[in-house]
This record gives sequence, C-alpha cells and structure tokens, in this order.
Amino acid sequence: MNAEVKVKAPTRAPMVGAEKRLLRHAMMPHMLCPGCGHGIVLDAMLTVLSARYENLDNVAFVAGIGCSSRIVGYIDACTLHTTHGRPLSFATGLKLARPDLNVIVVTGDGDGVSIGGNHLIHAARRNIDITCVLLNNEIYGMTGGQAAPTTVPGAYTSTTPQGNTQHPFDVSELVKAAGATFVARASSYRPQVVGDIFGQALDHVGFSFLEVMTDCTEYFGRTNRFGDGADMLMSQSRYDPSIDADLASRATVEELTNPRAVRPVLPKGILHRSSRLTLEETLSVSGGRCSSANEIEVLNGDPRRGS
Amino acid sequence: MKLMQGNEACAAGAIAAGCRFFGGYPISPSSEVAEEMARLLPKNGGVFLQAEDEMASLGAVIGAALGGSKAMTATSGPGFSLMQEHIGYGYLAEIPCVIVDVMRGGPSTGLPTAPSQGDVMQAQWGTHGDRVAIALAPSSVQEVYDLMIEAFSLSESLRTPVIVLMDEVVAHMREGVDLTLPDPASIRTRPAPTEPPGVSFEPYRTGDDLVPHVPNFGVGYRFHVTGLMHDERGFPTSNTDVAAALLERLEKKVHLAKDLIAPESYLMDDAEIAIVAYGITGRTAKAAVDVLRSKGKKAGLLRPRLLWPVQDEMLKSALANAEVVVVAEMNRGQWVREVERIVAGDTWIYPLLKAGGSMITTDEVVSHALSASDRSSAADGARSSRQDLRIG
Repeated sequence: MNAEVKVKAPTRAPMVGAEKRLLRHAMMPHMLCPGCGHGIVLDAMLTVLSARYENLDNVAFVAGIGCSSRIVGYIDACTLHTTHGRPLSFATGLKLARPDLNVIVVTGDGDGVSIGGNHLIHAARRNIDITCVLLNNEIYGMTGGQAAPTTVPGAYTSTTPQGNTQHPFDVSELVKAAGATFVARASSYRPQVVGDIFGQALDHVGFSFLEVMTDCTEYFGRTNRFGDGADMLMSQSRYDPSIDADLASRATVEELTNPRAVRPVLPKGILHRSSRLTLEETLSVSGGRCSSANEIEVLNGDPRRGS
Repeated sequence: MKLMQGNEACAAGAIAAGCRFFGGYPISPSSEVAEEMARLLPKNGGVFLQAEDEMASLGAVIGAALGGSKAMTATSGPGFSLMQEHIGYGYLAEIPCVIVDVMRGGPSTGLPTAPSQGDVMQAQWGTHGDRVAIALAPSSVQEVYDLMIEAFSLSESLRTPVIVLMDEVVAHMREGVDLTLPDPASIRTRPAPTEPPGVSFEPYRTGDDLVPHVPNFGVGYRFHVTGLMHDERGFPTSNTDVAAALLERLEKKVHLAKDLIAPESYLMDDAEIAIVAYGITGRTAKAAVDVLRSKGKKAGLLRPRLLWPVQDEMLKSALANAEVVVVAEMNRGQWVREVERIVAGDTWIYPLLKAGGSMITTDEVVSHALSASDRSSAADGARSSRQDLRIG
C-alpha cells in the first residue's frame, strides 16, 4: 500500500474558516442524522470551493431526492433540488443553456443508480462537462432504510428482513464502462482525499464522477449493528487496505465481517481518467445563451425538402 | 405562405417565439417536431438534445429554462405519461416550459399513428396533487404556428408549463402557413427580478401580478429551487399555511390565462344547435354548421382554443341561448364532462364521441346534430343521453 494514503487521524483544521462563508445559514439547522457521512462530504466540497471562489454566483448545484441530495440546500449557490433520480437530466439542460456555469450534481445511490441509473450512464456516455458526486451509503436513508441496488448481500434492511440476496452494483465500474472520462472513489473516513479528488474532478474537462462511500448510521448502521457514526468510520479504516493497510492486515476475518453482512472493500482513488470531446464541444455550444437570434432561418426552410 | 405539416409549423412557431432549447425523445406521431428542431435550432443559435427518455427530456428542458432559455419538448401519449412528474415540478417550482403532446390512440401503446383526442383529461389531471394546467388546442396548421408563439408567451409571462395538445391529424396535415414573425413587442417574457441580489431578496415573493420574479441561474443571484413546498425564499417548508397559500396563488395565477385566449365562435349569435368541438374536430364541426345552415337549421360552432383552465363564464354565456349542445370529440367522453358541469340543467347536451383511431366526419356531426335536435324537441325528461348517441 502506498504510504501517502495512511492517514489515521484527521489532520485538517476544524471548520471555522472559509468554507463556512459558502454555507446558507438561513437553512440551518441541517436535517442530517448524528454520525451521517454526508456532512463530511459537504464540508470537504465547500473547503475546496472556498479556495477557488469568492462566491458561488456561477456555480450551480443540482440534486435529486434523498438525504444526499438535501445537502445542496445548505450551499449558498444556485441550487436546484429536482425530482427523484433525475438531477443529471436537469443539469444537462442547464449546462447546455449556460455552458459557462460550473454545474455540480449531488446524488445518492438510490437516486443515481436505481431510479436514475439511465441518466447516469447517458451523462457518462455524452461526456457532458459536469461533475457528479454520488454519496453511496448503501441504503435508502430518507424513506426508512430500504435495500438499494448498492446494498451488500446479507445486509438487513427494512425491505430485506431475511438479509439482502441481490448482487450490488459496483457504481464506479458501471460509470466507467458507460464512458465517463474521470471516475474516482473515496470515503468519508478521508475527507481530505474527498476534497483532493473533488478538486481534480472540477478541473477535469468532461464528465467527472466521484463516488464517496458514506455511512448511514440510523438505518444501515443500526439495523446491522455496525455501531454509531464513529464506529462506522473506524470500520471503514479497518476494512479497507487502501485506507489503512496496517489495520486491515492485522484484522481477523471476524473483525472484517459483520455477522450479517460483509461491507465491500472497494478500490479507492482515481480509477479512470481519459479524454475525448465533451457534449458541449460536439454540439458547438459555448458561452452564455438566451433566447435571441435571427429567426430568418426558420423561413428559409431546408433545401432537402425542396422549399 | 409555405406549405408545411403541423409538426413542422410547431417547430417554426417555437423558433419564432424565441425557443432555443429542445429536449426530446422520438415518438410517433410527434417525431417531426424533434426532427425540425434538430435542423432549425443550430442555425438559430439554439441547442437540440435527444434525451435518453421522456423524463430526461423534460428534466433537461426545465434545466435549460432555469439557465435562461425558452425551452420545449414534444411527445405523444406514452411519453406524455412519463413526463407527468416533471410537469408537476415545473408547476410548483414555476419554471416556464412548453410541452407539445401530439395525441394518438391510447391507452398504452395504443394506435401510434392514428388520431385521438384522448389525452385531454391527462393534460389536466396527469400529475399528482392539486395543479391547474394550461392547455391549448390548435385546429389548423396556421393555428399551430400561432398558438406555439402564444404558448411561449403564456408560459414565460406566467412562469408555468404550457401544454399544446395537437391531434395527429393537425400534426400531419399539410396546409399553407403565413410565417410572419410576431411583433417583438407582442412577445411576453418572464418578469425580471426588480430587486438586486442580497440577503433580503426572495425569489418567490409575488405582488399583484401573482408571478414571482425568479432570476435565471448564473446572473448574480444565489437561491434555491425545489419541488418541495417552499416559502418565498424558495426554501422547503412543512408549514401548512404557507403550502396552502402557495397552492392558492398558483391556481389564481394560472387562471389568468382564461382571459388571454379567445375561442373561435362561428354563427353562434342565433344558434339553437351549438356544436362544441376543438382541434381537428372543430374543423369538421365548422363544415357541419354550414351544412346544417343550408338545411335551415340554426347551428353554430364554439371552438375553444384553451382547453385548460376551462373558461367557465365564456362557455356559460356562449351556450346560454342554445337549445341543444353537441359536444364532439375523438375520445370516450372527456371534455364533455366540463361542458356538462358548466351548463347542465340549462340546456340539453348530446355528446358525439368517437374513439378508436378515426376522425369524426362532417356527415356524422350533421346527422348527430339533427338527431339531437329532434330528441330535445321531443324530450321532456332526462337532460342528456350520452349512451344513446355515442358514435363509434
């Protein structure tokens, strides 16, 4: 294992500075549960953005439905809380109308891979120049802890009382296969890495996808007896050699596996990077755009049609 | 004048209205709208997106509209069903957009290239919750062009989705169209924010015009747009008073459309037999009125161009002096329910209903009207007889 990923304790300063400036204080208090990993990711994203922007006038956050999607409401930007599963479609229209805006989609595993899976693979295929952050907590949190297409086999959820029997998606592999030009995975245990990769995703020209493994303490954790938020964060480090090789190598099989469910050890870091024309480039879209143009063209008709 | 199809006139009207974004998914019998927009938009500085499905189509349209574009989609029954959630979103979040539904025979896959007027109720009731639709129904290729321009004016000025219900006959029929561009002063646009950005700015605050001055994204305002019930700041709320007030305002706002679209009224002044029909059936009915007049019958046509919201007062006064009202439509009885609701008890209503994929003919309207007239003269009991007089 690479030594640089061995960070056992957060070394970053607590959130007192620039990132706080980008919060929408009128929306507080937030609605996330104690121990939820989504707030960690929000903090990591705002830390990166605060170093880049004085304000977020030209940054648009687009989100779907679910706990993950609610975090955009706390960001003082142009924020669009859409329908379940469809944030990428709204974001596609927005980006094509205003290619100069930095458009960031925040979605979850249920929102992005289940009901919105079609939009995810097509956004990747089109290589539209937006950044998509998918918070994967392996469960439907907002609706009460039902199984998701990311839930690991064996896990107890409110719709798998005998344990989940379905095979989960490897979300990042799915998006990579669909043609995304930047695919990465991080975990809420390592907010600095989340921030670092998020920054690289923002810099990437084309569809950049960042999957962040987060913990749902209230439903996934409690139902499967994974402990509280701190326990679940520690378990991320114990199970995952890419986070802590020493701990992972010392851990016994019993420690690695919950009696009911084995949480996946998935590769972390930037998993894929490539380059090809973006959707905007293929459509020759550029600059700000509003309704004004020469309507004469409509009258001339199409020579193919003999008019 | 240019000879063109209704679907082509639809695209031309949209471009003339300033539409610069189209997101759509191929479906008969609306596909020519998308094909025309794919041809016209790049020439006019616009963007055409072929989306992966109809949810994505309307999602992208709403996104583009928030980005400042006038935006539209076009579809047919099955796709219209899939768009219903986003129609509700556009209504609650107050995003201007135009949705063209070229009606084909349904339900389900139905009759993909046969005419129908079967989506009339869906246009109003398709999305969940309390919402008032705006739906226009053109009856000629020229009117498709004209009403597309009006659809964008309505949608932009009221900040609400506007539905254009075409039937397959209007969509595929070819007629000469005057493509004169509208006077720019006649084009109504979305109201611009009157307050500068800042903590006191509330994007969903409204005045007497009932329309919020929501800015576009990326022009210096930072704000939240959501499909949740929200307050004037745009922030989600579960305050039931705020939610109730929002629903009430949205309804009042959309009802403003009722005074903006006049119906076609033909020989109605002395009409004893009033025929109510819309879309292509309105054309058939107009011909039937002439035939009935030649037979000495005082017939007239009332052809609403605005199906939703229903113009109750207009219908009530227009039909007040009729002895018999014939409502003709290509379905099993949809808009006739609205006419019944409004004039029931005042006059006799004889629906002429035909579903299954073929047009209502002039002869059918004439014979139905004559029969209805005879029955109403002889009748002294039940007010209407839908079953007896149904055709097809």
